[in-house]
Order: sequence, then C-alpha cells, then structure tokens
Amino acid sequence: MKGLKNIFAGPWGIIGVGMAIGVFAPLLQKWGNPGNMGVCVACFERDIAGAIGLHRAEVVQYIRPEIIGFVFGSLASAYLFREFRPRLGSAPIVRFALGVFAMIGALVFLGCPWRAALRLAGGDGNAILGLAGLVAGVWIGTLFLRGGYNLGRSQPTHHTAGWMLPLFMAGLLALLLAFPAIPGEAKNGVLFYSLKGPGAMYAPLPVSLAVGLLIGFLAQRSRFCTMGAIRDFVLFRQMHLMSGFLALIATAFLVNMAVGQFHPGFSGQPVAHTQHLWNFAGMMLSGLAFCLAGGCPGRQLFLAGEGDGDAAIFVMGMIVGAGISHNFGLASSPAGVGPYGIQAVVTGLLVCLFIGFTMRKRIG
Amino acid sequence: MAKRVDARGLSCPQPVLMTLNEIKAAQADEIVVMVDNEASRENVCRAANSKGWSIVDISTKDDEYIITIRES
Repeated sequence: MKGLKNIFAGPWGIIGVGMAIGVFAPLLQKWGNPGNMGVCVACFERDIAGAIGLHRAEVVQYIRPEIIGFVFGSLASAYLFREFRPRLGSAPIVRFALGVFAMIGALVFLGCPWRAALRLAGGDGNAILGLAGLVAGVWIGTLFLRGGYNLGRSQPTHHTAGWMLPLFMAGLLALLLAFPAIPGEAKNGVLFYSLKGPGAMYAPLPVSLAVGLLIGFLAQRSRFCTMGAIRDFVLFRQMHLMSGFLALIATAFLVNMAVGQFHPGFSGQPVAHTQHLWNFAGMMLSGLAFCLAGGCPGRQLFLAGEGDGDAAIFVMGMIVGAGISHNFGLASSPAGVGPYGIQAVVTGLLVCLFIGFTMRKRIG
Repeated sequence: MAKRVDARGLSCPQPVLMTLNEIKAAQADEIVVMVDNEASRENVCRAANSKGWSIVDISTKDDEYIITIRES
C-alpha cells in the first residue's frame, strides 16, 4: 500500500491519472455522452439539478452516474488508504457562495475546466478563450493567496458529517434505479428526463458509473486538480499537477483523433457558443471562485469523498447555482449568453473580489 | 532553534505557502511543519525539496504529521 501511495504522489502517478482521464472521457462520448462532454463536472451537476427539478431547462435533466462515481471512488480510496478524515468548519457559507458563482461562470462558458480541456482536445477553438479566462481567474486568486487570503481552519468532526455528501449521492443513485428513463417520457416518478439535447445523451449507466468510480479512485490518490495545476504553477512554478492536466489534454486529443471525434473550428461546436469575451469572462469568474475555494469542481467532489464537509458544501453550492443559472436565464446556450448572464458574471466577480479582499485575517 | 509552522486544519496551498514563507525568512535552518492530511504532507515535502531543503523526519501522531525539514 505504501508503495502505491508513493507512485501516485510522484510525477508518473499524476501523469498516468491525467492520461487515464484523457482516455476515458472521449470514450464516454463515443459511448453516448454529449460532444466534448465525456466528463464535465459543472454540466453534470447542472443535469442532476435539472433531474430533481431545481431548474426546468428541459434539455439538461439527467442524474449523471459519473458524479456519483467520483464521490464513491474517492470514498473507497480514502478508506482503503486510511485517509478518510471527516472535517468541516472552514467558512462553509462562503464556500457555498463560491460554489454558486463558480457554477454561474461555468454555465456562461458552458463547461468546467475539465470540459474546457476536453473541448480543446476535440478541436473547439472557443475553449482557448475559456482556458485563458481560467488562467486569468486563478491568477487573480493567487494574488489574494499571496496577500494572506484564507478561509480559516477546519475541525475534525463526526463520521456522519463526512458521510453526508456520499449519502446524498447514494440517494441520487437510488432514485435513478427506482425511476429509470422511459423512452419518450419526460418524467418517471420524481425524476425529470430530457427527450432531446445533451440531457438525453448518455453512456449506459453501468459504464458511466464504473468510469466515474475509477476516476474518483485515481484522482483521490493523485490529488488531481485542474485549478491547482494552474495555481501551483503561478505560485510556485511547480509543474506537478500541471503535468497531469496537460497529459489529460494531450491524451484526449490523441483518442479523439483515433475515434474520429476531432473537429477543429469555432462555430458549430457541440454545446458551445462563440461569444469570445463571455467565454473568457465566464471562465475567469469560475477560475477565481475555484481558486478561492481551494479546488476545481472535480477536486471538490474527491475531497468531499474523503470526508471534507466544506468541499461538500461547495458541491451543494454548485448544484443550487445550476438551479439559479437556468431559472434566472444566466446560463448560455449554443445561441449565446443568456439574457442575464453578463450581469451575473459581473456580480459574481464583485462577490469574489469582496471575499478575496476581506478574508485576510492572519491564521492564529 | 527550529521554527514551527502549524498548518493543521488548513488545506493547500496554505501549508506550502506558510512553509515557503519560513524558508524565505531564513531565520532558522530547521523548520517543523505540522499538517493533518496526507495531501498537505506530500505538498510540503515536495515544496521543501524544490527549495533544496531535505526531509529529516516525518512522525505521525493521531491524524497529524510532524515534518522536520532542514536546509541541505
């Protein structure tokens, strides 16, 4: 076990994990997931929000088993390697707000950092703007980190608290099994389903769940984080996490080429729009929120699987943020940004700046 | 006299930032860093090594790691 621990913490461990994600994400698209959306934490949590009726955007409603797999894969790994540590209390309400705005920004761009990477690897030029925005947002976040920004210490807590998000995910899986999709029906029991659009495109449940579990396990081991990749490079000139992120992009590109999913261009890309400024600004907001919260949306799920209740709060913030995004017309569509998307990005940036400037108390 | 950095309850990058600040302050040739999770332990060790410091000792107490690093 000790040897395995060290392998994943080493340079080839993180590169191997990036490559594994780079192989399976495009394959999930081949097996049914939407274009350049083999894995997208923001999109998939948004689909979950739609499936349980937190928003009623009809084209994005499905309980994505990948997300459930991420949490349980991480949970299994954490227990196996004795790293399950229930903890919480590090400014949870601030993390909730950061989760809400991270989702709002991601849905203006139409993807989280994982999907930005997959969009680039699939030839979507708009992803360049998104990734540039992500770097800009994380860079602003590092200025706050250098200035002493922190969310305070967490405290050890009951195992029950650490199990709350895994149990929530178990509940979602139970609902998905109890009320499966019925062809041609937009609803089964309490769950909403999409009849068209990305919400109607998904790989078979066992495949999605299995890939999610594998990625969750590997990512918990290796601490894979797309935001951390950029943050650590900017702060410390350290390439460790970045090598994993780059390995993901390179591998996904090669797999896309191999299976005929590489289509270079800006217009007509799947679930994407071409408003460059807002692709940039949406992701900048997301990147800043992820940096202030200490992890990309994937990493937050893996941390939650290890018992981190604060990361769990961030996840819930993102799910609620998805509801707000679609109910208020903030989310973009292939036609462009939503009617109130621009105002929401500006508001989100102001909220993040407020949090960044004011939470600089020295750690006692 | 070794400098002490208490990064328990903090998640990265804080433990690394605090350790690097002490390394930069150059007031001690030995620093003792306390963290309470495996990821922070890895990150602090990686950062110390990258600055040319060596890991002298890592002891575990309950769920905490006490990492002693020294200027090589």
